[in-house]
Order: sequence, then C-alpha cells, then structure tokens
Amino acid sequence: MGHINLDSELVKKARTISKEIADDVQSFVDQHTTVATERTIARLFGIDGVDEMGVPYPNIIVDHLVTNDKLNQGLCLFLGNAMLKENLTAQEVALKVASNELDITTLEMAPIKEIQEKVNSIAQEAVLKIRKNRETRENYLNKWGDKEGPYLYVIVATGNIYEDVVQAKAAARQGADIIAVIRTTGQSLLDYVPYGPTTEGFGGTYATQENFKIMRKALDEVGEEQNRYIRLCNYCSGLCMPEIAVMGAFERLDVMLNDALYGILFRDINMKRTLVDQYFSRIINGFAGVIINTGEDNYLTTADAIEAAHTVLASQFINEQFALNAGMPEEQMGLGHAFEMDPEVENSFVLELAQAQMARQIFPKAPLKYMPPTKYMTGNIFKGQVQDALFNMVTIMTGQKLHLLGMLTEAIHTPFISDRYLSIENASYIFKAMQSLSDEIEYKKDGIMEKRCQEVLEKAVELLAEIKDNGLFNALEKGIFADVKRPIDGGKGLEGVALKDETYFNPFIKLMKGAY
Amino acid sequence: MNNDLKNVLPYGDTMNDGKVQLSFTLPVNDDAKGIEAAKLTCKNMGLDNAMCVHHNKLDEGYTFYVCYGQLRTGVDYENIKVVEVETETMDMHEVDHFMEEKYPRNIVVVGASTGTDAHTVGIDAIMNMKGFAGHYGLERYEMIDAYNLGSQVTNEELIAKAIELKADVILVSQTVTQKDVHIENMTNLIELLEAHNLRDKILVICGGPRISHELAKELGYDAGFGPGKFADDVASYFVHELLDRKMI
Repeated sequence: MGHINLDSELVKKARTISKEIADDVQSFVDQHTTVATERTIARLFGIDGVDEMGVPYPNIIVDHLVTNDKLNQGLCLFLGNAMLKENLTAQEVALKVASNELDITTLEMAPIKEIQEKVNSIAQEAVLKIRKNRETRENYLNKWGDKEGPYLYVIVATGNIYEDVVQAKAAARQGADIIAVIRTTGQSLLDYVPYGPTTEGFGGTYATQENFKIMRKALDEVGEEQNRYIRLCNYCSGLCMPEIAVMGAFERLDVMLNDALYGILFRDINMKRTLVDQYFSRIINGFAGVIINTGEDNYLTTADAIEAAHTVLASQFINEQFALNAGMPEEQMGLGHAFEMDPEVENSFVLELAQAQMARQIFPKAPLKYMPPTKYMTGNIFKGQVQDALFNMVTIMTGQKLHLLGMLTEAIHTPFISDRYLSIENASYIFKAMQSLSDEIEYKKDGIMEKRCQEVLEKAVELLAEIKDNGLFNALEKGIFADVKRPIDGGKGLEGVALKDETYFNPFIKLMKGAY
Repeated sequence: MNNDLKNVLPYGDTMNDGKVQLSFTLPVNDDAKGIEAAKLTCKNMGLDNAMCVHHNKLDEGYTFYVCYGQLRTGVDYENIKVVEVETETMDMHEVDHFMEEKYPRNIVVVGASTGTDAHTVGIDAIMNMKGFAGHYGLERYEMIDAYNLGSQVTNEELIAKAIELKADVILVSQTVTQKDVHIENMTNLIELLEAHNLRDKILVICGGPRISHELAKELGYDAGFGPGKFADDVASYFVHELLDRKMI
C-alpha cells in the first residue's frame, strides 16, 4: 500500500474534536424520539401492509399515538400493553386501531414489568430474524470468499423493479459487485414507505420491502451461478431512515446510503428529526452487518473540490463518530468522497490522488465510498470515458473500496445497459493493469501531494473546532457545509419529533447496538 | 468535391463520404445472426455499406454493437431555421454596467428546481455566488437580487414566493426528464401563472440539460437555456428583454 506522510497529531486532534461534536448531538438524540423511529419499532414488531387507501399500518398506529399526544411515551408501552390486555398480535392491534375498534392509549395499563417482558420477548424474535440474515450473508461469503480490491458498484434506475432486475442481473454477470437501486425522485421526502412491488418511478424505483425482496432473490440467483456474493444497496435516508434500515435488515440488503447531514443539506430535512432517525438507523445497520455510505461527496457538487476538500474530511470525521456512537464497527463505515476536480485545473489528478490517499490512511479500516466525476461530465462521452479512467486509476492507486462506477453518459441519461458494460470494462482493465502499483509508491517528502494533505488536514481541524464551538446545529444554520444554510427549526419533518417521557422505552437499542 | 450546402452529409475523412459511427444494443444473442441484425439496423437508418466493427455479449440475449456506415441523404443546410435566444452575451461586469446605466432599480430574480426534481446543480450553477466554470452566478451581480429556492419546490410555492418578493424574473430548472415528467410540470407553472394573472408581468425562463429555446417557447416560456449556457447568458437575455418590453 502506498504511503504519504501525514501529521498524525492533527489527525488525532480532529478525532478528539469530532467526538465532542458527536457527543453533544448524542445528548439531544438520547432525549428524543420521532414518528419514523416509532414506525420502525412497529415494523420490528411485525406490523406491515397498507389499508385500502394505501396508508401503511405502521403509520396508522404511530399517528394514533400522535393524535392522542402520546408519541413521547413511545409505541412499545402502548402496543405491548394492548397485546397483553387484548391477547392480540401486533398486526391485529394495528388492524383494530385502523378500524377504530381500539384505542391503545386509553386501555387500562398492565404492570409495567409485564409489558416490558412481553415487549422484550417479541423484540428478541425480531432481532433473531435479522441476525439470521446476517449469518446467511456470512455463510455465502465464507463459501465463496469475498472480493479483494475495489467493489464495482453500479446503479439501476428504470423505475420498474422487474426491469431493474434485468439490468441488475446483466450488470452482475458483467462483473458488478454491488447493485444499487436508485430511488424514485422525491421518495426521501415521503413520511411513509410505499408498499408492494412497484413499476412506476421517475429517475429511480420506489424503495419498498417487496422490491427489496425481488431484487435480493435475483442477485442471489446470479450469485449462485457465478459463485460470488453480489451485494445489494439502497437508500436509507430521508424521512424514513430507520424504517428503511429495518426493511433492509429483514431482506438482507448489504449497503445503505445513510447520512443525516446529506438529508439536512440537500433535501432540507429538519436536522433534529433526521439526526434522531439516523441514530436508530445506524444501530440497525450496524447490527445487520450493512455497510453504510455517507454523502459528504455531495458537498463538492455545489462547492469547489479544491476549496472545499476540508469540509468533506471534517464531515467524514463527524460521521465516523456518529457511527461509533451507534455501535457500528469501522469496517462498515463507507465514508464518502468524490472525484470532482475541474479538469481544467493544472495537476487536478495529482491533488485528487493526494486527497484520496489521505482519506485512505486516515480511515484505514473503513471501506471508503468513492464517487465518480459528475459535475464536470459533459455530453462529450469520449472525454467522459477518459475522466472515468482517471477516476479508476485513483481508486486502484489508493485502495478505495466502494467504487461507484462512472458512466460515460453521466450528463445525459440514466445508464443504458451498454454504458454499464463499458464502464465495468474500463475499470476492470485499469484495476488489472495497475493492480500492484500502489505497493510500489512512496509519495515524495514535501512534494505537492504531501503539502496538499497537510493543508486540507489543517483546514479540517480549524473547521471542526469552529463547529465544536458553535455546536453542530448552529454550525449548520450558519452554512458550514456545501454553502447551504439550514435553520434549526426549519425543513421537513420537525413535527414528527418528541421529547421522550420518563416512561419511554425502546428495547431494540440495547438488543442491537454493537451486539453482533 | 465541394461542400454542397443544399445537401450536407457527415464528414469522415473525405467530403461527402457520409461516414457515421454508432453504437447500440440489440436484445439478441451475440452470433452471426445478431451481427446481420445490427447491419440491417444501420440499413434501416439509411446507411449504406454498414460495417459492424465490434460486438460483444452484455448478457444472455443482449449484445452491444459498434457500427460504421455511410449516409446518402444529406440535409438542406441553407433552409434551416432555428429558434435561438438572440441576445449577445455580456459578461457580469458588462451586465452590471448596462444595468447601472439603464435601470432605475434593482431587479428581483427567483429561481428553483421545481416539481419532484431534487437536482440543484443547474439552478445553483446559474444563481449561486460562485457560479460555474468561471461564470459568476446571479447572486454576485450588483443590481440583481437573486433568490435561489433550491429543489423540489412546488409551482404553487414558487409563485407565492415570486409574488411576495415582487419578482421580475422567474427561473425554472429541470434536470430529471425521464418519461417527460418535466413537460407536465413546466406546463402547469405557466397555467398557474395565467390563472394568477401574472404571466405578462414576469419573465419566465427555463433551463436544463434537455431544454431548448424552441421547447421553452412551445411551452409558453419566454426563453429556454440548454447545456453550455451560464449565468451571463441568462442575465444578458433578461436585462435586455425587461427593457424592450418596458417591464421596468
């Protein structure tokens, strides 16, 4: 592995400050719950399906708490009690609440200890189901082995899950290691998860549990054929973060986009809401063995890759601490960064290489997610293929792990089946041709690259110190990342946040956090 | 051979050779029959001497082809008419100077990526201070008060904001165009503006990778800007247009 000299004291300092930032947020998170968190609990209890209007039962039962001003006490208390008192399953309780036959907030309460026992026993079953999925994945990986070197990550985005399957299988057979099903435009802002198989979407396909299941089955089939494990990725971001995490855990997804900061900055989701949601979703992802992808690479789509490189690094440090607080091992932290240098800049490749090498060394165990050029891709597909080739070179030279394949038609359309092929061919060629190059590289002392790393690291530490002094919430309000400003009480979803009552309990946190 | 502008053909390495290259996928197996199918596909496009120079299997039943052929039917270049924004582009300083001389007040520009479209790349490139590729965004212009509302803004919200801020110009960015979702959304904005009796009072401009001036006109917009256009192109257009129409 290549090596560049980094100031290890500065790296240590960045981690210390980031921990303080994350811990400060954590004390807020610990005191609050959200509608999405409670709906996730409903799903863990086995509540699923939709009513005749298409409203998911998890929404119906949690809205029932909200309407009766009981969100702050949490679903476990009332659901567990209703199951005891009425001798019903969780799904039966939800159906009765939906048909207004039952008000779970006014039932006589059983002794709290009995409720907790009931809830715990069901919680353990749910957790076991997730654990088994994790074991299935591990068995596959033990049987076939896991890929050394970068995972080739491609997207499908037809809008129709059955069409996605055709494209995903083709891509997997061509060598893709991770298939991401892009979500339809706008799903991140839905405060519910649609249900069933779907065939209509714009720029992507709805994330539903059934769609997850369909794609999982298809990829397992190709895996059996090829004797290798094909990973499935979806989007556990937006207003339903933890719900999608649990659906992914139930259907054995392997990779999930999962980043509150991204939602705040680029989807205008309220910061309090999404940071609370993120905590529970990362606990679930951590437990399910899912690699998360964070979204700081997106900062460079609005800000400049040279001027704003330190904001990406600072955000990676913060995301690392958030993940650690949720009990997630470093091996599952797909921290994001991107190849977004302006091709007109002199030495753009050299500077990019420096930053990628630095990220690799600072987060040595994390399977870094490296995004291809998008901002400076044009309709010149021939040049685009070259831009992607440079990007592929950085990955193999610096040991990036989740390698999002760039498409030569990036600026034009969602990928054609042939675009994906050309892109896999490009990356495979370069990875093979340059396989051991990184072992041969020692970066020059005091060279352009080493100086660049020092500069970015220094600025990241300064920025982190500033964030710490303000607190993350206020810092976001001031527009610290991606030139985007978000008010603390603005954005979508704030009404779904509640301060926990002292009677609140959620056994899943204890059962799943760091418990793999 | 001379270039006959009444019958212009693609140029490979000799005038009027009509050479074109193309690549496509056919949902058939990679075999001799497939290659013939690729050549016939070229023939269907009016190409002579079709050559299939590359073919490979993408998956069972899908094959990728790279082909060359010669086009025999040219286009009458002389008689082509295109609808284009005709304003000559001034850079930011020239626009500032122009406005300083001719404008009695600042103007208000409200922009958004509308409908379900979550992409802000386009509107940011035009509006944000920083701009794109060395072309500063409208926020940096001295006499333009630019408000970038971001992404996923509904047409109703956009209009409400335009009324509140007394907008002179509305900019709409559309990036996602799959299944023509942008057409419906863009048409809806114009209808709503008409319903509010605002259509004549505000310049309405759209932009995006698949937007042309012609399409914009067709949908009832004042102008449309496609790929390769920057803040200065857009600003040059509207500072002239607002004056020409005596909207200032």
